Amino acid sequence: MFKIVKKDVLNPTITRIVVEAPFVAKKAQPGQFIILRTTDEGERLPFTIAGSDPEKGTVTIIYQVVGASTLELNQFEEGDCLADFVGPLGKPSELEGLKHVAIVGGGAGCAIAYPLAYKLHELGADVCSVAGFRSKDLVILEEEFEAASKKFIKMSDDGTWGEQGFVTAGLEKEILARQGTDEQFDEVIAIGPIIMMKNIALLTKKYGIKTIVSMNPIMIDGTGMCGCCRVMVGGKMKFACVDGPDFDGWEVDFDSASERNTMYRSWERTKYEEGCNLLKEGK
Amino acid sequence: MAFNMRATKNPMPTQAPEVRRHNFDEVAIGYTEEMAIDEAKRCMQCKNPGCVPGCPVHINIPAFIAQVAEGNFEEAYQIITQSSSLPAVCGRVCPQESQCEKNCIRAKMPVREKDPVTGKMEVKGMGEAVGIGRLERFVADYHRTHATPTTPEIKKNGHKVAVIGSGPSGLACAYDLAKEGYEVTIFEALHVAGGVLMYGIPEFRLPKAIVQNEVEGLKRMGVKILTDVVVGRSVTIDELMSEYGFEACFVGSGAGLPRFPGIPGENAKGVYSANEFLTRVNLMKAYQSTSATPIQHAKNVVVVGGGNVAMDALRTPLRLGAEHVTCVYRRGREELPARKEEIEHAEEEGVVFDLLTNPIEVIEDRSGSPSPRAADFNPNYGAVKAIKVQKQKLGEPDASGRRKPVPVSPEEDPNAIYEIPCDCFIVAIGTSPNPLIKQTTPGIETNPHGCLIVNEETNETTKDGVFAGGDAVTGAATVILAMGAGRKGAKYIDEYIKNKA
Repeated sequence: MFKIVKKDVLNPTITRIVVEAPFVAKKAQPGQFIILRTTDEGERLPFTIAGSDPEKGTVTIIYQVVGASTLELNQFEEGDCLADFVGPLGKPSELEGLKHVAIVGGGAGCAIAYPLAYKLHELGADVCSVAGFRSKDLVILEEEFEAASKKFIKMSDDGTWGEQGFVTAGLEKEILARQGTDEQFDEVIAIGPIIMMKNIALLTKKYGIKTIVSMNPIMIDGTGMCGCCRVMVGGKMKFACVDGPDFDGWEVDFDSASERNTMYRSWERTKYEEGCNLLKEGK
Repeated sequence: MAFNMRATKNPMPTQAPEVRRHNFDEVAIGYTEEMAIDEAKRCMQCKNPGCVPGCPVHINIPAFIAQVAEGNFEEAYQIITQSSSLPAVCGRVCPQESQCEKNCIRAKMPVREKDPVTGKMEVKGMGEAVGIGRLERFVADYHRTHATPTTPEIKKNGHKVAVIGSGPSGLACAYDLAKEGYEVTIFEALHVAGGVLMYGIPEFRLPKAIVQNEVEGLKRMGVKILTDVVVGRSVTIDELMSEYGFEACFVGSGAGLPRFPGIPGENAKGVYSANEFLTRVNLMKAYQSTSATPIQHAKNVVVVGGGNVAMDALRTPLRLGAEHVTCVYRRGREELPARKEEIEHAEEEGVVFDLLTNPIEVIEDRSGSPSPRAADFNPNYGAVKAIKVQKQKLGEPDASGRRKPVPVSPEEDPNAIYEIPCDCFIVAIGTSPNPLIKQTTPGIETNPHGCLIVNEETNETTKDGVFAGGDAVTGAATVILAMGAGRKGAKYIDEYIKNKA
């Protein structure tokens, strides 16, 4: 059993939990993920690792309540135990040697982008973080990003936080500002909704800046066994759980990935509504 | 004792096909005591039995059957467990017709009948083998339902061995090592022990309670099972051997990585690997409405492949309510690699076999709009709507010795290419070994297929103290071959550690 030692609400739908999992904590690196089950009947849910403390033996994950299973997870409080917590899974992000990096996060994707910014900052890289949210009240990890970035660009859809516009606009402006200087980006790392990652990759291709994206397809085992998380990269089939989750953004077939993620949409909707109704009835 | 000279086996009582195709209960019901005794008396107690060498773990088959014939079922069980740790499993899933029963003398005895025309006794084919598998299953089930679980007293020898993977090879290896007094720890990546017995083989063929019963037996012998540990990620083999004090490792990590045919459209919605489909249903219990894991309840299903996994992938959607289920296989009936009984059961349940055909394209539904806000919203946008297949003919034998399928061209046959409508396509064309161990263990070598290279004599890998067996070494094979490899691994791990001491 894996105890939740801390729980913070970051915004109305995004929550951070710190879980006791000494073996995972010892090994976890930025870019890797874990799979958890709330109870013996639970679904296997993958979450990217948002931080870890090998000394305390804890691992942090940040989740957004989007369906029945995350709704159930959100019922767990400090002191409660999760049935399973396995990892770290996937390959760590390759961060060594990067000098000028743009970290782009969209919405809940910022939770996954942040540990990369933190690690790169720690390694001495020049980190420019570009974070985008729909609106001010959905912003998460603002102070953390400030502390881990040399430059922090804030974007919101409605203009209530930072500049109005998408992260693509914020990033492009910065790319142009750095053109011809010795601070040009050697890599862009983008994490967020598929459409955002697709647009970032299209933008960076125009400027010839290598771009890494982190894919989060539907998966079950997370060890290469089910093939559910397959992603087409450069025309070749890759499994996000063992070959990724980081891939070259110029090569990923985002349209196919986006379609595959809708496989159980109506089922998930029904389950989520059932879950909400149960909660309303106080069961 | 008088032998029973009837030429035919006692048939296995089963649920009726029209009933069982709608439920997940076990298909076979099992022999009664009377049937078991009657069947056991068909065994001729050969001095040089052909059945024993045919068994990968060399169960003393005539000896256990002799006990069954006398009604000494518990004694029979004790004889089996000298060689096999999973009799309830093997009695259900072993391909007996190509192993022990293949060499049974009763299958080589001609059946003579009086010809109604000539009035002479004439040979009317061969008899049937003794139902060894059915008897093994009966004995194991009898033990499980009658004997009280005991905790065997084993003197520990103080040596620690790590077993990676809790499938058939890992369980068999752990069993033999624990019997010798080793402190065995099994590391399992999933949340439950059993490997393919839990995620792969369906409930209706191998009830999960039976697998867990066998796992509990191992725990009573003192074997530790750590689930949720992915060796290679959570901890490496080098760390197990240096920091955690394991003197040897057995790798039974299986062949879990699914293969896809590499045809257009194979990433469409509704296209599954058999591993994914079966894992959702078996391990995650998606067939129960209370399950938190979703599964598609398709109407028309096409499965490509002809092995046991393909049979499971065909029969599972039927039980989820599918109306038409079709098996597409590129060779002919004789070449189907699945157990004969599974093919027959599938056919009885209404599976259609479209043999000598091969899928060449997944046709996707691209009508309407994928956007839920659009007036012409199509929720099936991007989902499979048919499989385009091409007829095959058998050519010259290939490297495997089987005749190689060759596509029939539309010039040869205008109907050579056609479409089978479906809303779900399941790929069961095989799996490759999981690459994780190879990627994370310096010194371990694999062949070009990704299979771990071992010394065939001892099952030791190219890394000192690390042994391996099962599908991780052979590629996808059978439960019993994996168990055989696990036992061999245990024997040579024992030798390795004793030689070091």
